[in-house]
Amino acid sequence: MIRLENLTKTFKGQKDPAVEDLTMEIPEGEICVLVGPSGCGKTTTMRMINRLIEPDSGKIFLEDEDVTSVDSDQLRQRIGYVIQQIGLFPHMTIEDNIATVPRLLGWDKKKTSDRTDELLEMVGMDPSDYRPRYPKELSGGQKQRIGVVRAMAADPSVMLMDEPFGAIDPITRSRLQNEFLRLQADIKKTIVFVTHDIEEAIKMGDRIAILRERSRIAQYDKPENILLAPADEFVANFVGSGASLKRLSLAKLSDIELIDWPTADLDTDPDKVREILQRSDRGWVLLLDDNRRPQRWVSSDDLEDDDEDLSRTGLRADSIAHPDTTLSAALADMLTSDKSSVIIVDESGAYEGVADLETITNATKAMRVEARADNGHDRDGTAETGTEESEESGGRLKKDDS
Amino acid sequence: MDLFFTYLQFTYEDLLTQTGEHALAVGISLALGTIVALTLGCLVYQREGSAKVAIGITGTILTIPSFALFGLLIPLLGLGWPPTIVALTLYAVFPILRNTVTGLRGVDTAIVDSAQGMGLSRRQRLFRIELPLAAPVIIAGIRVSALILIGIAAIAAGVGGPGLGEGFFSGLARIGSATALYLVLGALLAVMVLALLFDIGFLVLKRFVTSKGIRN
Ligand SMILES: Nc1ncnc2c1ncn2[C@@H]1O[C@H](COP(=O)(O)OP(=O)(O)OP(=O)(O)O)[C@@H](O)[C@H]1O
Ligand SMILES: [Mg+2]
Repeated sequence: MIRLENLTKTFKGQKDPAVEDLTMEIPEGEICVLVGPSGCGKTTTMRMINRLIEPDSGKIFLEDEDVTSVDSDQLRQRIGYVIQQIGLFPHMTIEDNIATVPRLLGWDKKKTSDRTDELLEMVGMDPSDYRPRYPKELSGGQKQRIGVVRAMAADPSVMLMDEPFGAIDPITRSRLQNEFLRLQADIKKTIVFVTHDIEEAIKMGDRIAILRERSRIAQYDKPENILLAPADEFVANFVGSGASLKRLSLAKLSDIELIDWPTADLDTDPDKVREILQRSDRGWVLLLDDNRRPQRWVSSDDLEDDDEDLSRTGLRADSIAHPDTTLSAALADMLTSDKSSVIIVDESGAYEGVADLETITNATKAMRVEARADNGHDRDGTAETGTEESEESGGRLKKDDS
Repeated sequence: MDLFFTYLQFTYEDLLTQTGEHALAVGISLALGTIVALTLGCLVYQREGSAKVAIGITGTILTIPSFALFGLLIPLLGLGWPPTIVALTLYAVFPILRNTVTGLRGVDTAIVDSAQGMGLSRRQRLFRIELPLAAPVIIAGIRVSALILIGIAAIAAGVGGPGLGEGFFSGLARIGSATALYLVLGALLAVMVLALLFDIGFLVLKRFVTSKGIRN
């Protein structure tokens, strides 16, 4: 856990503070992303946590220990630190780079060496090949990996990462992000992660702090709440016009209510199918095989011939999706399918429900309302609200509660 | 030419002794100068003002004609080795200091920053990161100093100091005679060989202290 209390820093020769009266708490084991426009004080904030920049006033706590005035070199050995430029030591081998902090801490040779191997393996780099190499003998992505791994070497509980995946191509970046999220699922470090890219913030953050100038918190919240219920104009603008699309990449089909479409077995009598069609207003029936796997869509038009073989009429039931598909992926499938819908099946491929464009629009609307209600409910006072919309949803929440 | 070689046959022992003394004087002064310049460099490189002053003063010393400097030192230190070593040391400082400051300042700030962020102390940063990275530049400075000293050391004979200056001075004194030319030629040859040996020494040293990771 990291707690910052009333941190303020004004640089020499500058009129305005770079960070002003910042108070925030980063829960144990979470990634907290600081995001905001250039020059808003993200780096300054982060560098005050390991005291590379000494705050003018305020306090810093690590796991409830006040570290505002402990020995700064020793403090830094307890905190992993990764910067955008990586800063590998070019005159040292990869092994020596990684072993830097363990050696400062006086680990014995064996432990240090085992740890180095373990870390290299963790990021898929063969120790026997990479240990003796120098940084210049690595690709950009590999350097970035070593930068991250070096910061984790002495297993610090807290890590500070300042745009750690900044200077690489989008594909490698996405790979490194995924790799890091997989690692984090195991190691559960408390991480402060700086970026100016909202997409990266949404992907990496358990929590996101949107900062405005002087590192003032505009909103500090879970990614979905930032997307669905921006606290104010500033956040909404920062999150940007792509917000509704981003929202769709957060939610999965399993999160929304599906349509219970009329179904029938493939060997049902066509007359029976006609009856089902008449009773429902959907216009189509979904035919399932013996294992309840979706086979064909049929409408009443397809059933004009009495002796029609049901397994060959109508449309093939393509665009099948699993419940953990994101809404944005499902939407893409819908747009390319004949029926503008997706059929959701479980692991065994058995039918669960159907989603169409309307399902998804309704779901996102509901999510937005819910998030606003949440916000109105447990706002912690770190960000200002007070827009008409949030008051309105506050009313809704009361109704829900009663 | 044959005569010159015959001359060398008779005098090579003297010449070798003088070359040895010359090398020793240069070596000692260079070592002292390096210690002074490195210490000074590490103290001032982060402070713009102090660095300017230090480089300015040592640079000015280099412009003092060597005869004048020796002349100034004799009343204080007498004749022979002491004024020689002190004068040569003073001359050695500037190129090494300038390169030390340039080299240390040239280290990528991101590297020093990440070192500090990992908890290396000021001293650890200097000795483990900055100096090793600046080493090639610093050694280039020491090499320049060495070459300058080898030349200037010849003047030391004028104050009764050691070295190959002997040959030049006695040659000048006997100008017109056949041996005068040989004396000068012999000393000159020795100086050139010495310079070459020092140069080779520095190539080896540079290779030795430059990490494989920063060689190109
Ligand atoms: N060492 C310094 N001396 C003086 N001013 C500084 C210093 N470092 C940062 N600043 C100023 O403090 C403010 C915040 O800088 P900071 O580096 O924290 O921004 P940032 O949010 O990290 O921006 P970016 O996204 O561009 O990295 C800026 O106005 C900057 O000019
Ligand atoms: Mg920054």
